[in-house]
Amino acid sequence: MTALSPDFKANAAKALANADLQRALLNVKRGFVMKRASAKARLPEFDRLRNEARAIKLHTLSHLDLYLEYYERKVAESGGHVHFAPTAEDAREIILKLCRDAGAKLVTKGKSMVSEEIGLNACLEAAGIEAVETDLGEYIAQMRKEAPSHLIAPIIHLNKETIAEDFRLAHVGLPSDRTLASAADLVAEARTVLRRKFVSADVGITGANLLIAETGTSVVVTNEGNADLTQALPKMHIVIASIEKLVPTLEDACTILRLLARSATGQEITTYTTFSTGPRREGDADGPRAYHVVLLDNGRSEMLGGSFNDMLSCIRCGACLNHCPVYTTIGGHAYGSLYTGPMGAVLTPALLGIDHARDLPNASSLCGRCEDVCPVRIPLPSMLRAWRERDFARGNPSLTERMALKLWVYAAKRPRLYHTLSGAIIKMLAALAGRTGRLRRLPFASAWTRGRDLPAPQGKTFHQLYAKRSRG
Amino acid sequence: MSVSEVNRTKVLDRIRDALGADAPDMWRQVDVRHRLVTHPSGTIPARSLGNHEACLTLFSGMLSSQGADVARVHDPEGIVKAIAAYLAKFELSTELRISEEPVLVTLPWLLAPRLKQIYGEPSAADKIGLSRAIAGVAETGTLFLVSGAGNPTSLNFLPETHIVIVDEGDIVGSYEQAWDNLRGLYGEGTLPRTVNWISGPSRTADIEQTIIRGAHGPKCLFVVILDEQGP
Amino acid sequence: MTEVLTREAPLVGLFVTCLVDLFRPSIGFAAIKLLEDGGARVEVPLTQTCCGQPAFNSGDRADAQAIARQVVDVFEAFDYVVAPSGSCAGMLRLHYPALLADNPAYAERAKALAEKSYELTRFLVDVLHVEGVDATYAARVTYHDSCASLRETGSGWSARTLLRSVRGIDLVELADSEACCGFGGTFSVKYPGISSAIAEAKTRAIAETGASCVVACDLGCLMQIAGKFTREAKKVQVRHIAELLADMVETPPIGGERI
Repeated sequence: MTALSPDFKANAAKALANADLQRALLNVKRGFVMKRASAKARLPEFDRLRNEARAIKLHTLSHLDLYLEYYERKVAESGGHVHFAPTAEDAREIILKLCRDAGAKLVTKGKSMVSEEIGLNACLEAAGIEAVETDLGEYIAQMRKEAPSHLIAPIIHLNKETIAEDFRLAHVGLPSDRTLASAADLVAEARTVLRRKFVSADVGITGANLLIAETGTSVVVTNEGNADLTQALPKMHIVIASIEKLVPTLEDACTILRLLARSATGQEITTYTTFSTGPRREGDADGPRAYHVVLLDNGRSEMLGGSFNDMLSCIRCGACLNHCPVYTTIGGHAYGSLYTGPMGAVLTPALLGIDHARDLPNASSLCGRCEDVCPVRIPLPSMLRAWRERDFARGNPSLTERMALKLWVYAAKRPRLYHTLSGAIIKMLAALAGRTGRLRRLPFASAWTRGRDLPAPQGKTFHQLYAKRSRG
Repeated sequence: MSVSEVNRTKVLDRIRDALGADAPDMWRQVDVRHRLVTHPSGTIPARSLGNHEACLTLFSGMLSSQGADVARVHDPEGIVKAIAAYLAKFELSTELRISEEPVLVTLPWLLAPRLKQIYGEPSAADKIGLSRAIAGVAETGTLFLVSGAGNPTSLNFLPETHIVIVDEGDIVGSYEQAWDNLRGLYGEGTLPRTVNWISGPSRTADIEQTIIRGAHGPKCLFVVILDEQGP
Repeated sequence: MTEVLTREAPLVGLFVTCLVDLFRPSIGFAAIKLLEDGGARVEVPLTQTCCGQPAFNSGDRADAQAIARQVVDVFEAFDYVVAPSGSCAGMLRLHYPALLADNPAYAERAKALAEKSYELTRFLVDVLHVEGVDATYAARVTYHDSCASLRETGSGWSARTLLRSVRGIDLVELADSEACCGFGGTFSVKYPGISSAIAEAKTRAIAETGASCVVACDLGCLMQIAGKFTREAKKVQVRHIAELLADMVETPPIGGERI
């Protein structure tokens, strides 16, 4: 996984100026937030389930080696194969070899963030294998050679006119005078085009929302049914999933599934939740003849038992994105990384190193709403702060910022100096503002005054006034 | 060691290192085995704990609100009539691809002579598909369909309209009850190749958050509940 | 968290907060009035400076710890520590114990301080059992839940309870009141463009209520909101909740013109 575009501040500025994006983000803010709240209101047991889900995840993580071994055994029992991939490169190699051995020319893909993390599509294309995303949003993002901008709504930043243009360019062989005015038109066309791919694919690759140790099962949730057509029709089904997707039992999966859709889209349950165990059995009417699960580490094992252990509980629902004031203002692409929003701000430095992602944990007001809505109660603000501590220890942020902070701290530790200095500065600021009550421009504080006024101080500090009052 | 064994060892060793854990540690093994064997349930929502009639009402209600059509019939004859009526009402095709479940094959199809039953491998051109669910879960209006000899998984996804028959007696309150029943059928610690939870017709909201049906899977889902048949 | 009042009026150390100290002392005096009216004795140790949030949120743990130790030293003798700020009170209540947990000389003392540190409205309602205030403000007012007062000090109910007791007040709820205003302390100057844009959403929501005045428990948020309003030339008065509750609204509002 590479940082897509490291210039966070520039990206954010572009995003803020993009009217289309801003309109789209309003959808996220209002739609998903309201829907989750309604879903929660309809399920009185919601918060208790969150506690249980958190406990399940933490228990699994602290026994991950054992559950992985058990899971591997069960997969083998059902006729499937588990492949461990320490790095992204290992995962690509394994999958490429499987596809080559299967003589694959065409691969269909269900939505998988992990497959993007390892750069799978580019790897397959380079080997002459066509890889087609089948989740509608991912399909369109792939068409535009863009990364998804949201964990569960990949093209929330696009309007239908833009998509129609893309379809006209990409879907050759269709009558040019056809109507592509409505979302329904676009979906119908995508359905037709992708059906051809579904039925002729040699290999189907999906991610997994969950892996279940008890039965050696991979679970995929969709509303479209694309992951099902991806895995049921071709002769080989490959699952690519990161190691922390594992849960112990079917019951544990139920607890998490009760929270996943509600937290993500406000649905009670996704339309399709599919449990796949091994290749087709003797006597089955259809199904893949080969079933492979590639388990990706890629930096996750290092997080275990450490300050960021709990980040591995994430079930990728996207609730934190939907409720984040920063994400809902700048959108996903501005983060310049695959994983965005609060969970991305914690996970990306863990996978890439803080040096490559230092803006992410810093660009947060630490409002805490993410932790409020996280179905597994990940303490995201504390982790953002923990990254800032590591960042600081490495000599960041910029010299000016460190100096300003050091000055402040120096004074704060010396009350007399602090009060003398502050008294003088405040008097000056108040004089500058005069009767207007505010400062439009401030030489050393243009960061503040660019976008808003600085309300003027009242002129004397509390300390001055109180001391005077006590004396007089 | 082969590459895959090297990889496997690398990952597991890293995990154990990070956790400061010993593989042979007895207590950790016991914890894991215990959870796997006893598979304890978490909180089951109160709505799933109603009596059977309440479950049936909830099941139908949830499915309807999720965009499916639901009918309840008294006998196999009722199933055929309901299907014929549904297809006629929505002016859908009269050709049905049927899963080779004996229960479906032996339905009194003669009652609806205009319907044509086709068997065999489902195709992307199929308009109507008919399958049978092994269970229904009231909690979220969710059908459990499993792979098997008569049940092509693709039949649940390829046709434009999907019709599913479920026995009233197989409708339970919670997912957990359904899993327990499945364990009774298939054994502990094992599942059929595919278990599909289906809770409505296919949909997407990817384009401007507008919900459109039939993204890739069926545009319509028609669920027919068959009342408990007497002796 | 209700407590029985001791026979002698509790001694409260007022944690002024650096923003109130520097920018709007009238809030400090309003807080004193409310506390004294509620039956407490108030002292203001003049050696206080800051709670250490700027260092803490910048990742400068060592300096945050140093300042925390200082605060413990200055305030631990009081029966209670009260701040007219959710974020500063939250710092003392939630973060000090963790910050000083590994320091044997301070660990227990930090915990003890945390337990008796309060945001102003919570203290008034939960400890002093103030049910209503003696104030009048006949206008439509809306309340912004600052993130810390919402999530760290749980002041939403106490603030609203006291506001509702103000005579003549028409208190209306803000849409999506749980949304951040974008201040976030150092965030507001490190990522000013984003911070400003977030503030716009908040000022829009405030304007939509038709309120002529908005209040909150945290001056930082209020300065952000007021700064946005005056830049947008909108006439919504911005005040700290303490000013309204203490009936001390003669001073110009935050960012408002001096008469």
